[in-house]
Amino acid sequence: MSVNYGSKRIVVGAHYGLRDWLSQRVTAALMALFTIAVLAQVLLSKGPIGYDKWAGIFASQPMKMLTFVVILCLLWHVWVGMRDIYMDYIKPVALRLSLQVFTIVWLVACAGWAIQVLWRL
Amino acid sequence: MSESATTSAKKRPEFRNINAFTDLPSYRLPAAGWVSILHRVSGAMMFALMPFIIWMFDTSISSEISFGRFTSAFNVGMLGLPGFLWKLVALALIWAYLHHFTAGLRHLWMDVSHKAVELQFGKTSANAVLAISLTLTAVLGAKLFGLY
Repeated sequence: MSVNYGSKRIVVGAHYGLRDWLSQRVTAALMALFTIAVLAQVLLSKGPIGYDKWAGIFASQPMKMLTFVVILCLLWHVWVGMRDIYMDYIKPVALRLSLQVFTIVWLVACAGWAIQVLWRL
Repeated sequence: MSESATTSAKKRPEFRNINAFTDLPSYRLPAAGWVSILHRVSGAMMFALMPFIIWMFDTSISSEISFGRFTSAFNVGMLGLPGFLWKLVALALIWAYLHHFTAGLRHLWMDVSHKAVELQFGKTSANAVLAISLTLTAVLGAKLFGLY
């Protein structure tokens, strides 16, 4: 085991613990429930699905709240997953840090877009 | 002495990290290995295509007019690309989601059950993940391209 503390600590590594692992699981479970909730409404509706039925699924307040939580879950889940990929394949620290910063900025921006779409409905 | 001299004269193979181009094609991955790397690949795909996903969410939900733009992208085409190419992108996303979803359920099950981390369950559940995700992708793909 190489030295990984003090001045030798890898500053762009993981949080060396349970938090990211657990958040990955909790966000995944919530997104799976959301998938089932949307799928059930699509499958239980009769006739072809046009704009009204599709938008109607997301229009109710409970569904909006669930979708909002799922957008935040997705943001967090993707961050942990992409950071895992960078830690495994991207070895130069400067490049890895740049990609991590880009990913955070990009994900927050995308989450803002998705929430904007949801809230003007 | 003379023996070590002759072996060192012959160039001995050196194994360091796996080379993606020369080593990976000859590696035989078990089903659980395929599920694992495809979990990663499907996740990265969905990250890369995230703007397209939100665009679909935006146009399909915002208004009747934008819903029309949404459907015409797949039926007629968009940005100079024909509709079937956009359908292929959508199908790739459908596969990525289904694989990530089923492989994720397998992960969660392995986290809560000690029985699920045994060798045999690892094999059968990995095969089940591949079978379920690929079958559902085929079914939804046929629907997407209007085969039924």
